[in-house]
Amino acid sequence: MQTRRIRWHIAVFLAPAVLVYTAVMIFPLFNTLRLALFTEVDQNRIYVGLQNFRTLFFDPIWSEQFWNALGNNFWFFLVHMLVQNPIGVALAAILSHPRLRFAALYRSAIFIPTILSFVIVGFAWKLILSPLWGIAPSMLDAVGLKSLFAPWLGKEEYALTTLALVSVWQFVGIPMMLIYAALLSIPEEILEAGEIDGITGASAFWKIKLPLILPSIGIISILTFVGNFNAFDLIYVSQGALAGPDFSTDILGTFMYRTFFGFQLQLGDPHMGSAIAGAMFAIILVGVCIYLFGIQTRMRRYQM
Amino acid sequence: MKRNVLSLALMSTALVASGAYAQDATLTIESWRNDDLALWQDKIIPAFEAANPGIKVVFSPSAPAEYNAVLNSKLEAGSAGDLITCRPFDASLALFEAGHLTDLTDLDAMSNFSDVAKSAWQTDDSSASFCVPMASVIHGFIYNKDAFNELGIEVPATEAEFFAALDKIKEDGTYIPMAMGTNDQWEAATMGYNNIGPNYWKGEEGRQALIKGEQKLTDPQWVAPYATLAKWADYLGDGYEAQTYPDSQNLFTLGRAAIYPAGSWEIAGFNTQADFEMGAFKPPVQNAGDTCYISDHTDIGIGLNAASENQEAARTFLAWVASPEFASIFGNAVPGFFPLSNTPVELEDPLAKEIVGWRDECESTIRSTYQILSRGTPNLENETWGASVAAIKGTEAPEDLGQELQNGLASWYAPHQ
Repeated sequence: MQTRRIRWHIAVFLAPAVLVYTAVMIFPLFNTLRLALFTEVDQNRIYVGLQNFRTLFFDPIWSEQFWNALGNNFWFFLVHMLVQNPIGVALAAILSHPRLRFAALYRSAIFIPTILSFVIVGFAWKLILSPLWGIAPSMLDAVGLKSLFAPWLGKEEYALTTLALVSVWQFVGIPMMLIYAALLSIPEEILEAGEIDGITGASAFWKIKLPLILPSIGIISILTFVGNFNAFDLIYVSQGALAGPDFSTDILGTFMYRTFFGFQLQLGDPHMGSAIAGAMFAIILVGVCIYLFGIQTRMRRYQM
Repeated sequence: MKRNVLSLALMSTALVASGAYAQDATLTIESWRNDDLALWQDKIIPAFEAANPGIKVVFSPSAPAEYNAVLNSKLEAGSAGDLITCRPFDASLALFEAGHLTDLTDLDAMSNFSDVAKSAWQTDDSSASFCVPMASVIHGFIYNKDAFNELGIEVPATEAEFFAALDKIKEDGTYIPMAMGTNDQWEAATMGYNNIGPNYWKGEEGRQALIKGEQKLTDPQWVAPYATLAKWADYLGDGYEAQTYPDSQNLFTLGRAAIYPAGSWEIAGFNTQADFEMGAFKPPVQNAGDTCYISDHTDIGIGLNAASENQEAARTFLAWVASPEFASIFGNAVPGFFPLSNTPVELEDPLAKEIVGWRDECESTIRSTYQILSRGTPNLENETWGASVAAIKGTEAPEDLGQELQNGLASWYAPHQ
């Protein structure tokens, strides 16, 4: 009769990660959600249930800002999906071409912006695009296209797209690297078998490689989605907390920051701020669930 | 062992504390002006200590962005300094209402200040004052004297002359007529709307009437400044939509722009950057001879921590802060931050002197949105930023802007409902 020994070492080895993760992630997350259910009246915190969310979604002053930020967020995401990821895939396809010279150099050069700080990227691009000191107007002038230049970051209709493209420039290295790795893992035999059947060049990419890297593209899409809906830094650095001009670059992150911490004469309201953070969390959760259960489970996988 | 260490620590603090008592009072000042640390240590504190032996003063600033939060937690914990540098309006009012600041209404030296100067640190009904006003900033226009001489332009006094001067500069083409951008938004409201506005709403008269609900933001005197701002766009130079605040400062100090819509806080920086002679003119009036109104915005004050153990010494210090001696040291050390006391101060900086001279010719007021009106959501000050930018860009008609701001204000402010 031997009693089963309690395997203490499992708990011991898990403890540090569990403790740290609970302290810095799980507890703040649930505390934020809890905070969203309260409000402050005469310096006393009182429980109001879902009142903050009702204000956020139905009070015209709040809901207008919320839907504006959400709409901008979707546009920001759309630009990334339509520009960043196709370019990333294309770059990876070119880089994985066996006869390309200096592939390592290009790979590093394209990936470097990803490791730069948002502050540097924001300020550098603000200077490049500055109508006063920037090199963009003079470069356009040099090729005779000065008339195409506009103070993009200051115009309501262009500012958000411009910032989205700056963000694409910064992060295009990530899909490129992931797809590049996926492409390299495709066995030569499959491609050779295709070649024997007469599938070469571009059609080899569309018919053989693309279906095989589709799961990676799915992962990249979901990473882009989460990253974009949590975005804040780039907008804050280049346009400030008011996300000008006229809130045209306001996304959920800047809206939450402004509400939570206050701005200029506006005092911070941690409870409404938490409600916005809660809404952001819900949106991301729903998006990820749709992907996990709606798309990933149906995706065809090939044994390689 | 642990207990020994603890009691040792307690004993040593007790010793230090009793040491402090045995000596005379030491006052600690909480402040966000860490830029002014050297000024306080080298000039202000020695002057005070020489006149008041037995009181020592320590200036202990924290970072501006963290000041409110740090101060609040120190006050809650009872570890805040004796003297508290006061932000204007609601931030300090909240401290007073929470019982952290002492009522200073009975301080004799308070009579050295005008009602406008005191308004930033009073209860809404003006019955209690809780901070001694230290300094204000004045709005107007700084101009490049060389450029004006070169083009033969007189300093404009009326609005017609102002726009005629801008036209002339634009026609000549050497200089950008006016250096201001709308990218950062606040300049449009602070150096635009609240700079020229007081001439329209007649300073305090209009501001008080707006607070009482007797005037509305849709009234002509509140809408007209937007119509004037709309005319500015032609003179702001290419790409002003993406021009930031530092861009504008550089444009002017590099001598590329002729006029800079300003706040007096720029003086110290401009003096070191610009190598041409600068002058200043006040916001132009509609017709020659009209009374002029200037925005003389109260920005910094100093109050007494209610929990301080050195109430007497602190009051001595505050009375000294209210004196002409302090005003003259402070005003000359930081040109552009003007002392608020009624006794005129002789300033050495020519530009600062010129600007502060407007106080004798014009009626002073403060920025219209700062007192009471920016307490709710939507916040009137922040809304005014957006409205001023929209006016300049011409994306919305002045009347519509007035209506939007009025609707926002009326949504939470009882006197307007």
